[in-house]
Amino acid sequence: MEVLKIATAGSVDDGKSTLIGRILYDTKSLTTDKLDAIKKTSKQRGYDYLDFSLATDGLVAEREQGITIDVAHIYFSTNKKSYIIADTPGHVEYTRNMVTGASTSQASIILIDARKGVIEQTNRHFFINNLLRIKDVVVAINKMDLVDYSEETYNKIKADFSELMSKRDYQDQKITFIPVSALKGDNVVNRSNNMSWYTGESLLEHLEQLDKKDIYNVGTPRFPVQYVIRPKTEDFHDFRGYAGKVYGGELSVGDDIVVLPSKTKSKIKDIYFYDEKYKTASRRSSVTITLENDINVSRGDMIVKEGDLPTIDKQFTANVCWMDSENLTVGGKYVVQHGINKVLAKVDKINHKIHPDYSGIDSEATSLGVNDIASVTFKLNKPIFYDQFKNHRTNGSFILIDTQNNNTVGAGFIQ
Amino acid sequence: MMNKDTSHINSLENEAIYIMREVAAQFEKPVLLFSGGKDSITLVRLAVKAFYPAKVPFPLMHIDTGHNFPETIEFRDRLVEELGLELIVRNVQDSIDEGKVKEESGRYASRNMLQTTTLLDAIEEFKFDACIGGARRDEEKARAKERIFSVRDDFGQWDEKNQRPELFDMLNGEIEHGQNVRVFPISNWTELDVWSYIEEENIEIPSIYFAHKRKVFLRDGMIWSADDEVVYRDAHEEVLEEMVRFRTVGDMSCTAAVLSEASTISKVVEEIRDSTISERGARIDDKRSEAAMEKRKQQGYF
Ligand SMILES: Nc1nc2c(ncn2[C@@H]2O[C@H](COP(=O)(O)OP(=O)(O)O)[C@@H](O)[C@H]2O)c(=O)[nH]1
Repeated sequence: MEVLKIATAGSVDDGKSTLIGRILYDTKSLTTDKLDAIKKTSKQRGYDYLDFSLATDGLVAEREQGITIDVAHIYFSTNKKSYIIADTPGHVEYTRNMVTGASTSQASIILIDARKGVIEQTNRHFFINNLLRIKDVVVAINKMDLVDYSEETYNKIKADFSELMSKRDYQDQKITFIPVSALKGDNVVNRSNNMSWYTGESLLEHLEQLDKKDIYNVGTPRFPVQYVIRPKTEDFHDFRGYAGKVYGGELSVGDDIVVLPSKTKSKIKDIYFYDEKYKTASRRSSVTITLENDINVSRGDMIVKEGDLPTIDKQFTANVCWMDSENLTVGGKYVVQHGINKVLAKVDKINHKIHPDYSGIDSEATSLGVNDIASVTFKLNKPIFYDQFKNHRTNGSFILIDTQNNNTVGAGFIQ
Repeated sequence: MMNKDTSHINSLENEAIYIMREVAAQFEKPVLLFSGGKDSITLVRLAVKAFYPAKVPFPLMHIDTGHNFPETIEFRDRLVEELGLELIVRNVQDSIDEGKVKEESGRYASRNMLQTTTLLDAIEEFKFDACIGGARRDEEKARAKERIFSVRDDFGQWDEKNQRPELFDMLNGEIEHGQNVRVFPISNWTELDVWSYIEEENIEIPSIYFAHKRKVFLRDGMIWSADDEVVYRDAHEEVLEEMVRFRTVGDMSCTAAVLSEASTISKVVEEIRDSTISERGARIDDKRSEAAMEKRKQQGYF
């Protein structure tokens, strides 16, 4: 069994919460006490149906305003997989939350209200999913019950969306269209009897058959050293282990490696996971590595395979999503956190702002406001070891931290 | 062994170990909040694994309500001894005696809320800058929005509308003097994940998690321990003897039992898998109001 993280995107009232609630309900993931609470509240509010959105909208402020304002995580599992849904809000001003939710997801669902079709928001949702290079995207055309389950409506929306697809940067992204009714349950978990013209899978069926290769790009291994383990006990007197997580590919005992930034060469001696030794560390495993030679390695260094070095540079250009209410300006100083590494950075140039609805770029921009996306060039006070985001999601991304209040104020994807 | 693979529970374990190491690297004085419950026992296991063969580089701290199941305390002391860990204990009773908090009385009296003051005082006393806790996002709706690194201000308060976005694996632990961070390494685990992990790893847990005979009484459709004086009981509330186990082991005054025959870990896992009542359904203090958890968190509850 594996874990699949899914991000959802849709405008307010497109039925995101209802869809998630429906999935939980039909997979029998709602416990009786939660279900009772939903029934009770639905009744109090005078609804003649169950308001499944109550299963996910967590914060008091949300209940008051009736909107989802932050990323919520919802868990359920089937016999095949464990799922984590990052429920991200649809409001324009919450682009940052969508970027956040999508950054940790391997698949995503974009919701469209069948009555409204492709709207400006849809463009944005698709843009962000594409920018973040989510490999598998489902376009769920919802509220089909309100358009008489019309095939024509579905086809029209599909055609409109396909027009968008021609504009996308990441062309290999797989897109699947599914007509659903979250409220009635058509094609969500169970296939619908109301749309015989649709012969594809239900939403859950689609997610169930996704394989590792459908959601991950295999790249080159990168091993940022998180922590140096020196027990200094009698049994492990000379033990010097480098703890970290393997990204992008595998590392094996005997691999010829290079430690950055010193470029010292060595070989992997042992790979530990707790008290067991392994021959190979798979991607995303948190292991401890020892090296053949006694060399000086500290936190922030990176172990990579010989002949497979990332770019080592004191400047880079990246697509930045700005998340703070204070503007990003040329000349502004921020901390760049690249993986576990932190360096001081200065904004050298804002190359252009990108309208996230595919309506073009703005080359005159001198500052970025909250939710703006732009190509920005940074200069750093010391080199980092990076890959392009399109080749390496982890080693090609970073966050920006405000030097005054320490908040995370932006995210970037290196070009 | 060939590979360290990364399916389901392993990928959650890898994530948690990564978080533990970030805490040790990014903070000067971290502490692991230990309640004696299964979640914090799991955290201890993950910490041990994260730093092997070195010792866990931070202490454990127990905020003792004084209303613990005795089995939990015995277990705690043995665990700490066996693993050679450092344990700090701070008592809610002391906060009461010092007049900092007032004991609740009556039918639903609980010391759960009072823990907050004792915790905040201890953080201040030791100048802890990171507190590792065992909260999970699946426990409760308000928890579902909690970050892995959750910044608290000088008053321990959680500003849920102003949380730092967390992208990819990157954890921003930068804080100002006086602030501290609550860290939740098992955020993405479900109750069933925790139990499966305990089974897979053969982790020892206190006996009250397994079915045992206990004197109990019924109230509001829930089963309460009548073994001791901690839980207030009306005279008309009749004491019965039943086979029960506990799903969480917080403060006795707000932890209800469930009827169970599950006497081994594999039977418990099976029961949880089939169960239809969520874990917090057995904790009375959440039922006080729908917004209970969120309010408590804003006040600094972990
Ligand atoms: N008829 C119909 N109504 C739906 C459907 N999905 C959602 N709704 C309704 O649309 C409204 C907004 O849904 P909600 O899930 O709260 O939207 P969100 O803002 O995207 O989370 C609610 O009144 C739902 O009951 C659907 O498939 N069919």
